[in-house]
Amino acid sequence: MQEKTKGNRVLIDGSRLMIEALARAGADAFIGYPITPANLLYQYGSQRMKLMLPAPDEITTLQWMSGLSATGKLPVTATSFPGFALMVESINMAYMMELPMVIILVQRLGPATGTATCGAQGDLLLLRGMISGGHPIPVLATADFNDCWDLAAKAADIAQNLRTPVVLLTSKEEVMTQKSFDLSTLGVIQPSTRKLFNLEGEYKSYKPTDFVPDFLPVTQSNHQVRLNASTHDLTGILQHSNEESMGNTRKLEEKIVQRMKSHGYYTLDEQKDARKLIVAYGITSSAAIDATEMLRKNHEKVSLLIPKTMIPTPDFYLELMMKYERVVIAEENINQQFGSLLFGQHIPANIAFVGSLGKMISPREIMEEVTR
Amino acid sequence: MNIPFLKTDALPFCKGCGHDLIAKNTTKALEKLGFNPLDVIMVTDIGCHGIIDKCLNTHTIHGLHGRSSALGAGVTFGTEEPGKKVIVFIGDGGSTIGLQHLMEASRLNLNMTVVVHDNFLYGMTGGQTSGLTPHGFNTTTSREGNPFSGYDICALAHTAGASYVSRVMGIGDISDKLAVAFSTRGFSLVEVLEICPSYGMKLNPRRKLSEIAQSAGKEMGEWLNNRKPFIAHQGRKTDNLLEKVNPIAPSFKSYLKKTTSMILSGSAGEGVQLAASILAKAAMRSGLSITQKGSYPVTVGVGFSTAELNLSPEEVHFHGIAVPDMAVITSSDGLAHNKQRIAKMQGGYLFIDQSLEVPPTGAEVIRHDFRGMGARNASIFSVFFMALKTGIISTECLFLTIEAEGMGEKLPVAKIKEALVK
Ligand code: SF4
Repeated sequence: MQEKTKGNRVLIDGSRLMIEALARAGADAFIGYPITPANLLYQYGSQRMKLMLPAPDEITTLQWMSGLSATGKLPVTATSFPGFALMVESINMAYMMELPMVIILVQRLGPATGTATCGAQGDLLLLRGMISGGHPIPVLATADFNDCWDLAAKAADIAQNLRTPVVLLTSKEEVMTQKSFDLSTLGVIQPSTRKLFNLEGEYKSYKPTDFVPDFLPVTQSNHQVRLNASTHDLTGILQHSNEESMGNTRKLEEKIVQRMKSHGYYTLDEQKDARKLIVAYGITSSAAIDATEMLRKNHEKVSLLIPKTMIPTPDFYLELMMKYERVVIAEENINQQFGSLLFGQHIPANIAFVGSLGKMISPREIMEEVTR
Repeated sequence: MNIPFLKTDALPFCKGCGHDLIAKNTTKALEKLGFNPLDVIMVTDIGCHGIIDKCLNTHTIHGLHGRSSALGAGVTFGTEEPGKKVIVFIGDGGSTIGLQHLMEASRLNLNMTVVVHDNFLYGMTGGQTSGLTPHGFNTTTSREGNPFSGYDICALAHTAGASYVSRVMGIGDISDKLAVAFSTRGFSLVEVLEICPSYGMKLNPRRKLSEIAQSAGKEMGEWLNNRKPFIAHQGRKTDNLLEKVNPIAPSFKSYLKKTTSMILSGSAGEGVQLAASILAKAAMRSGLSITQKGSYPVTVGVGFSTAELNLSPEEVHFHGIAVPDMAVITSSDGLAHNKQRIAKMQGGYLFIDQSLEVPPTGAEVIRHDFRGMGARNASIFSVFFMALKTGIISTECLFLTIEAEGMGEKLPVAKIKEALVK
């Protein structure tokens, strides 16, 4: 899409692109609670969304969003770890109730309040285990400004199509830095939709078609809607652990895993005959791109994988890594979160790690590890 | 009315539980008011009262402990259709976990009703003391009587701005009292006092509900605020965020052959970030790619203010700056914040105000009187000076950018021109 402007090169930040993309993808409400470094998203959300509400805390934020989603709206919020931690129980609720929404998680340095104005990539393992029962919640990680646009729209799409909360994972340096950017590289975004029940026959709030139940808002008067955060049967009535309710709980897992199979977003830049692979996501991918380019200039053959679908993790990542003699994973933490996500506690010896605490990983650090 | 609100009269509560009375009177009140069950959204909390869901023909939403009034609030925000009713059932325990949510719904005066099932204890989890348990009342966790007094939830909601608040004894037919709340425009809260036979009665034998209420100072009554309800504006005017950013077409040339990283640093309130954005936009006008970020202490009005920029003839991916190619320092705050990075510079330029002591550095040092232009203008002047000395951006392009950004009045353009000639 050519943006209708006098030219296309602008000085812009990722927050602006994300919110505009979400609005075009059908998001119609932003519920905000201030937290650094997510404040630009809040500010833009307040300018862009049809409905904007300032919540008194992050638990309220998620509850308001859930209520809105039950009426058919697609709500968005943005936060960072301290706020996200407060949201976790309510995100579980929305997950169990199967309510679409997008939560932008801007990573900053922890633990706890850590350093608000310092970026990090330390929340991936939290996301992997945040749904009680270990069920996967879809997580997409942006790597550049085009992702801020495309993946934001995809997050909205997945949320609506799969009836689930989706986390758009980013970090301080990605959403607060201004960069020159060519708007003509942005694609057209179609508004996302939820599959509605066709109003014929009996409606059961959680009866799935292709893993996902059809939606009806609680504002219509044709069919009874029951939403439930507790274990429930297909009608949405609380049950202890009978076959039907366990089937429904199992379905929560299956719908994400099965339906996300076709949502494996990543960028792969493979070099012929390369035996080394750099893997980096989010903010670190920009350093990885530079490192790859410089290594190739130095006649070092190397491939690059930038994973974007983080959860559920596509099998392809592992399959690809297995083909390489040496893999260097770079991320802004000190405990190999992505490596652990892929391999558990037994990370193979040929998987090397470049980590950092409180500062961005530079291309040079990645190069050094690749050539070691 | 064709469909009844209740599927059955045999409700799933212990014999004699007040929840039975509240549920039946709620549905009776709704029937009296002429509601269709599917125009009612019942949001229930965790607690015995919450198991009413399966008996209702309304829409039902069963949420988390204490959060149902916020969840109900979310539903009201999204409900544009007239004739809908959002009702939240919550217990005394839930009302204190979610006290903030009740206060918020009262403050915003949302179109919904919360019915607090106040039986003075947590029933479902075994009869523990809650925030609404009266002083002296026995619970399983205070066998000698609650040493604290409970919140006056009605006074709190009223003070926070609810349109209608009432306290009702959960005895006999209370449907008309509930109907008043249900037909209120704005937020209404009804605290219904009741006894939990399984714990409350057993642990407080021979005590009557009316006596408990009286000794706790829980007066029956109504409290009103004459306020308009909050209606969420779904269709408010919104901006296309991309139309708000001005495109910058290249009209100048830059000789820059490789990425140059730069820090501009001074004190808060001295226009460092503005100077950086003028420089960034001028660089774009010169056909360069740019990254620009700011850092400052949490209290943005004091201490250092640093801007980091990368200027490049090619697209910039990695934008972090460990050691800059150039540093432009206009105050002691800025110097202190960047001393370590300046010490690591092996080449490039350090532009520094002449009032400051030159720190150890491998960069070529250029001292100048930037602050002589006035503290507020030191940073923008330093950018011009740096541009003139290095030639990476033409000063003409900087002047044009100031003009294009509408900053010509705010910045001392003439003074800068004059100083540059010197
Ligand atoms: S335990 Fe108490 S509150 Fe719960 S249903 Fe029984 S009597 Fe009612």
